[in-house]
Amino acid sequence: MELDLFEKRSDYEWEIPRQGAMRVPAVIYASESLLRDMDRKVVEQAVNVAALPGIVKASYAMPDAHWGYGFPIGGVAAFDAEDGGVVSAGGVGFDISCGVRCLHTDLRREDILKVQQPLAHELARAIPAGIGSTGEIRLGEKEMDAMLAGGAAWAVQRGWGEEADLERIEEHGQMKHAAPGNVSARAKKRQRDEMGTLGSGNHYLEIQEVTEVFDAGIAAAYGLVQGDIVLMIHCGSRGLGHQIGTEYLKRMAMSAAQNGIHLPDRELACAPIQSQVGQEYLGAMRAAINCALANRQILTHLVREVFRRMLPQARLPLLYDVSHNTCKVEEHRVDGGTRKLYVHRKGATRAFGPGHADVPAAFRDAGQPVLIGGSMGTGSYVLAGTRESEALAFSSACHGAGRAMSRRQALETWQGRQVVDDLAARGILVTSPSMRGVAEEAPGAYKDVSAVVDAADAAGLARKVARVEPLVCIKG
Amino acid sequence: MAEAFEQAALALTAVITDPGAVRPLERIDLGCEAPDDELLLAEWLNALVYEMATRRMLFSRFAVRLEGTRLAGEAWGETVDVARHHPAVEVKGATYTTLRVAQEGAGWLAQTVVDV
Repeated sequence: MELDLFEKRSDYEWEIPRQGAMRVPAVIYASESLLRDMDRKVVEQAVNVAALPGIVKASYAMPDAHWGYGFPIGGVAAFDAEDGGVVSAGGVGFDISCGVRCLHTDLRREDILKVQQPLAHELARAIPAGIGSTGEIRLGEKEMDAMLAGGAAWAVQRGWGEEADLERIEEHGQMKHAAPGNVSARAKKRQRDEMGTLGSGNHYLEIQEVTEVFDAGIAAAYGLVQGDIVLMIHCGSRGLGHQIGTEYLKRMAMSAAQNGIHLPDRELACAPIQSQVGQEYLGAMRAAINCALANRQILTHLVREVFRRMLPQARLPLLYDVSHNTCKVEEHRVDGGTRKLYVHRKGATRAFGPGHADVPAAFRDAGQPVLIGGSMGTGSYVLAGTRESEALAFSSACHGAGRAMSRRQALETWQGRQVVDDLAARGILVTSPSMRGVAEEAPGAYKDVSAVVDAADAAGLARKVARVEPLVCIKG
Repeated sequence: MAEAFEQAALALTAVITDPGAVRPLERIDLGCEAPDDELLLAEWLNALVYEMATRRMLFSRFAVRLEGTRLAGEAWGETVDVARHHPAVEVKGATYTTLRVAQEGAGWLAQTVVDV
């Protein structure tokens, strides 16, 4: 992308000033090289978002931004309900509350290597992954609604996890003001067999080793030491969230005109927060957040069961659980005052800084853990929220590497089996129900996650804490 | 236009697997409705996404009849067989990004981006 589109605010902050229909500027946080490689559509979408009613301060894009639908993936935008602000199904995404959860073990590399093959095999057996897979949990109507209202707290009550897990999850594991009644029968039916499943595409479960620590103080607060073994789970609200996104996208597109919203493009479908469809969506979306939190909680339980059999001495407490496709009501400082805003993060992670009341007490001095998933060959990162991120982007950071290549290109470039063999030669064991899926997710199809994380760190969005590299990858 | 919708459905399957590997063993009927052609295309694809997800099937043959704002469709396919189909991704839904239905020359164009 051409850099002359922007006014450069710093080496990592690029602004499109307010013009035309824009109500606020658009700001992209990235290094010059990441920005050059970004698709021009990211700017088009960030600019379109800047024109939506009630948007506050700016339309933001994170260093891993790539073009999505309506909002860019890696987009952050906050709206004020009192100022005619909107909520957008496309601004949250179809995979509502997709996120990353990190379990911290007391194991070391040698412990994993002794059982690497059978452990990978047992995890792949225990975790339903890929298309057509089903979980063992079937929820009747009442239990489905209880799950949609209760989230991870519901799962813990039913025996899938420990009470201590809940304080290490955003919203303490239960998104309030969820409205299961706003979730259609079709969305619930789509979820019927999918509780405790990983999904497909870029979803995964990895066993990883902490290979580098960048901030020893914060790492110590998180309990992380070089050589530690952690587990990361990346997945979301499964079919239920997808169906809610689909249905409300249509309702928002069809009701926009009668709500007085002019959509330059249908992909921007949204509704006033204070409208009926806006309120109904928020209730359904929060129920989907609970579905994602419950799902990751059940997967955590399944993982712990496998470890109990294979490595009975191991403990797997939850380090933290973040969601990166949400719209949440939060208080933020704007122009010297505090405002209640509806913050959309689509492919972006909440990153509250030190001292924030919503950060678990154990981490309050360090800032919220921000979990960044990379590709299966390159590694992932643990970052920490910063104080300055509040002023930069409503306390938000990137969420992953972001694709550099289309799935078709990747399929033409790599063979799944070869990717698995190459990674095995580097000590990374990959299991997947689909070799085509592995080829499409080849590490080379993604941007360099280190460059993305470095840019987030340099921009001040979040602080680099530790790098982790995979030993086992169970791909969806 | 109906044929363009059928081809769009085939393209949807091609995102997941090789449509040539999906045997048209079982037929399902489905219908949907939308106020205009473009939303109808998204509705049709989303109806197929829903059937794939809840029936755990893949489809390779399609027939579409259009009557005004209504679509009546048939899809032939089979239950997912992971070993044979190697399904790469699950389609979450059809978006409205680049959504377009238009007559171009002698043919029809039906396009959108699906989220995977």
